[in-house]
Amino acid sequence: MAKLETKIHNITLKNPVMTASGTFGYGEEFADFIDLSRLGGIIVKGTTGERRQGNPYPRMAETPMGMLNAVGLQNVGVATFCKEVYPRIKDIKTNILVNVSGSSIEEYCSVAEQIDELENIPGIELNISCPNVKKGGMGFGTKPDMAAQVVEAVRKVYHKTLIVKLTPNVTSVVEIAKAVEGAGADSVSLINTLLGMAIDVERQRPYLSTITGGLSGPCVKPVAVRMVWQVAHAVQIPVVGLGGIASAADALEFLMAGAKAIQVGTANFMDPTVTVKIVEGLEDYCQRHKIEDINDIIGII
Amino acid sequence: MKQITDFTIVSRKQLGDHYFALTLRHPDQLPPIAAGQFVEVEVQGNRDVMLRRPISIHDVDPTANTLTLLIQIVGKGTRQLAQLQEGDRLNLIYPLGHGFAVEGQHPLLVGGGAGIAPLLHLAKCYHAKGIRPTILLGGRTKDLIPVREAFEPYGELLIATEDGSLGEKGMVTQHPQFSAAYDHICTCGPTPMMKAVGRYAVERGIGCEVSLENMMACGIGACLCCVTDTDEGHKCVCKEGPVFDALRLKKWMGLE
Ligand SMILES: Cc1cc2nc3c(=O)[nH]c(=O)nc-3n(C[C@H](O)[C@H](O)[C@H](O)COP(=O)(O)OP(=O)(O)OC[C@H]3O[C@@H](n4cnc5c(N)ncnc54)[C@H](O)[C@@H]3O)c2cc1C
Ligand SMILES: Cc1cc2nc3c(=O)[nH]c(=O)nc-3n(C[C@H](O)[C@H](O)[C@H](O)COP(=O)(O)O)c2cc1C
Ligand code: FES
Repeated sequence: MAKLETKIHNITLKNPVMTASGTFGYGEEFADFIDLSRLGGIIVKGTTGERRQGNPYPRMAETPMGMLNAVGLQNVGVATFCKEVYPRIKDIKTNILVNVSGSSIEEYCSVAEQIDELENIPGIELNISCPNVKKGGMGFGTKPDMAAQVVEAVRKVYHKTLIVKLTPNVTSVVEIAKAVEGAGADSVSLINTLLGMAIDVERQRPYLSTITGGLSGPCVKPVAVRMVWQVAHAVQIPVVGLGGIASAADALEFLMAGAKAIQVGTANFMDPTVTVKIVEGLEDYCQRHKIEDINDIIGII
Repeated sequence: MKQITDFTIVSRKQLGDHYFALTLRHPDQLPPIAAGQFVEVEVQGNRDVMLRRPISIHDVDPTANTLTLLIQIVGKGTRQLAQLQEGDRLNLIYPLGHGFAVEGQHPLLVGGGAGIAPLLHLAKCYHAKGIRPTILLGGRTKDLIPVREAFEPYGELLIATEDGSLGEKGMVTQHPQFSAAYDHICTCGPTPMMKAVGRYAVERGIGCEVSLENMMACGIGACLCCVTDTDEGHKCVCKEGPVFDALRLKKWMGLE
C-alpha cells in the first residue's frame, strides 16, 4: 500500500486528511460514525479567551452548492476547554489541534499560552480572519502588517507548531502569507470562508441575522485551489489546503496544487463518514496510478 | 448510538396536496427510538439541495423494522423527496436529538401543521404506559391536518380548524377542551402556536415540553447553526432539543 504519511512542520500526519474547525465539533460528535483514529488530524472548534454566545439565530442559510454561516465563534472559552473538553478528547489517536481565535493580540496570546500547556495538543491553528476585532474593526488577517504583528506576538509565547489560517477576503493572499511566514509561522492553512450574503425575496429580508456571513462548501473550491496554488509557490513553509473538499478527487486537486495536507469542512454535514471515504479514495488513487508515496504528487502543478 | 443507514421505502402515501408519508425499512434491526427524536434525510437529485433535511420520526414499528416519516411539501428539498417511490432507497442519519420525557397521568398533546408528526409515536409511548393522552390537532383547514384516524386508538382526539371545516372553529388554544385539567402538555407546530401553548402552561405551573424546528446544517451538534435562546444561553436544538422543557425557554416565549 502507498505511503500516505505527510508532515506539517513537527507534526506527522498518518495521512493528509484533517477536519476543518467549526465543522467537526470536538471530534466526539462523529465518533458514532467513523473511527477517529483513521484521520490525519482534527482541528477543533474556534476557542477564545472567554465563553462566547455567538450571533443570534438564524445564522445559517443554504446556497447553491454551499452554505452561509454566521455562528460567530460560539465556544466554551479556553479555561473550560482545558478543564472539561481536553480530558475527554486527549486520547483520541490522531493529531488534535486547537483553532485559536480572539479579538485582540492579548487574547490570542493568552489562549495560545494556555493551549501550549496541553501535552497532547501538538499545534494550534491561529484564526486571524475574525471580523470583530478591536483595531478599527478590521480583521487581523486582511492587512499584512497587522497579521505579522499578531503572529509575532503569539510566536513568542507558543512553542509548538503554529499554523496560521488565512482569509480569502483580500486582494492578495500571497502578500499576507509571506507576512506571516516572516513573522514566524510554521505553516499556513487556507481558505477560511468567503464573505457572502443571501436574501429571502418572499420575506424581503436577509437570511442571516447578521446580514452577511461566511460562504463554504463545494462552490468555493475553485477559488480555494487557486489560492493554495499561489501561496504554495510563494512561501517555503508547508501549506494546508481547504475549501469545498467533498471527495478524494477534490483533495487531490489541493495536494497537486501544493498542499501538504487538507481539511474537510462543510462536507461532513452532508456525509459524516466522508473523511474516511477520502482516506480510502487516496489509497485507491495511489494504487491505480502506481504512486508509492503521496508526497510524490504534492505540488506537481 | 447514532447511525447512518440506507433504508428501503416500503410504502408511500399521498395525504392531500401538501403532505405525504414514507414508511422505510431498516436492513437489520432498528435501534430504540424515543418519541420526539428525528432523522436527517439525504436529498438526492437536486443540485440546489446540498444539506440533509431534519424530519421527525412519526411512527415506529419494531416488529416490521420500519419507521414512518410524515412530510409537508414546503420547498425544494421536500418537493424532491415527494418524488420518491416504493422500492427506492433513502439514506438517514438517526436517531437524533433528545425526545419527550413521556410524563404526566393526564397529558395533552398539541400539534399543528407538520408538527403533528412526532405526536403519533408519542401518543403510542403514552399508550404503552397505560396512559390515554388527549390529542389536540390544529390547522387552517381540515386539508392541513393530514393524519387523524391513526391517532384514535391511542387517545382522545380533538380537532380545531381556523375555518371551521372540521372540529371546533378557531385556534387550538381556543378549543374548549384546551383548558381542561391536564398535568402535562407536549407541543410541536408553528412557532406562534408553541409560544402560546408554552406560555399558558408555564403561567399555570403545568409541566410542558416544546419541540422546536430550527433550521439545521449537521443535525449532530457539530456546527452550532441551529441554536435557540434558552435561559442558560444558546443551546443546539439538534442536540439538547428538539424537545425542551418550556421552563428553559421563557425568554424565547417572551415571558422575560
Ligand atoms: C427537528 C425537526 C423536525 C422536523 N420534523 C418535520 C416533520 O416531521 N415533517 C415535516 O414536514 N417537516 C419537519 N421539519 C421541518 C423541515 O425540516 C423543513 O420543512 C424542511 O427542511 C424544508 O426543506 P425544503 O428544502 O423543502 O425547504 P427550503 O426550500 O429549504 O425552504 C422553503 C421555506 O421553508 C423555510 N424553512 C426551511 N427549513 C425550515 C425549518 N426547519 N423551519 C422553518 N422553516 C423552514 C425556508 O426558510 C423557506 O422559506 C422538521 C424540522 C426540524 C428542525
Ligand atoms: C458552521 C461553520 C463554522 C465554522 N467555524 C470556524 C471557526 O470557528 N474557526 C475557523 O477558523 N473556521 C471556521 N469555519 C471555516 C471552516 O473551517 C473552513 O475554513 C471553511 O468552511 C471552508 O471549508 P469547507 O468549504 O470545506 O467547509 C467554519 C465553517 C462553518 C461552515
Ligand atoms: S445543526 Fe449543527 S449543531 Fe445543530
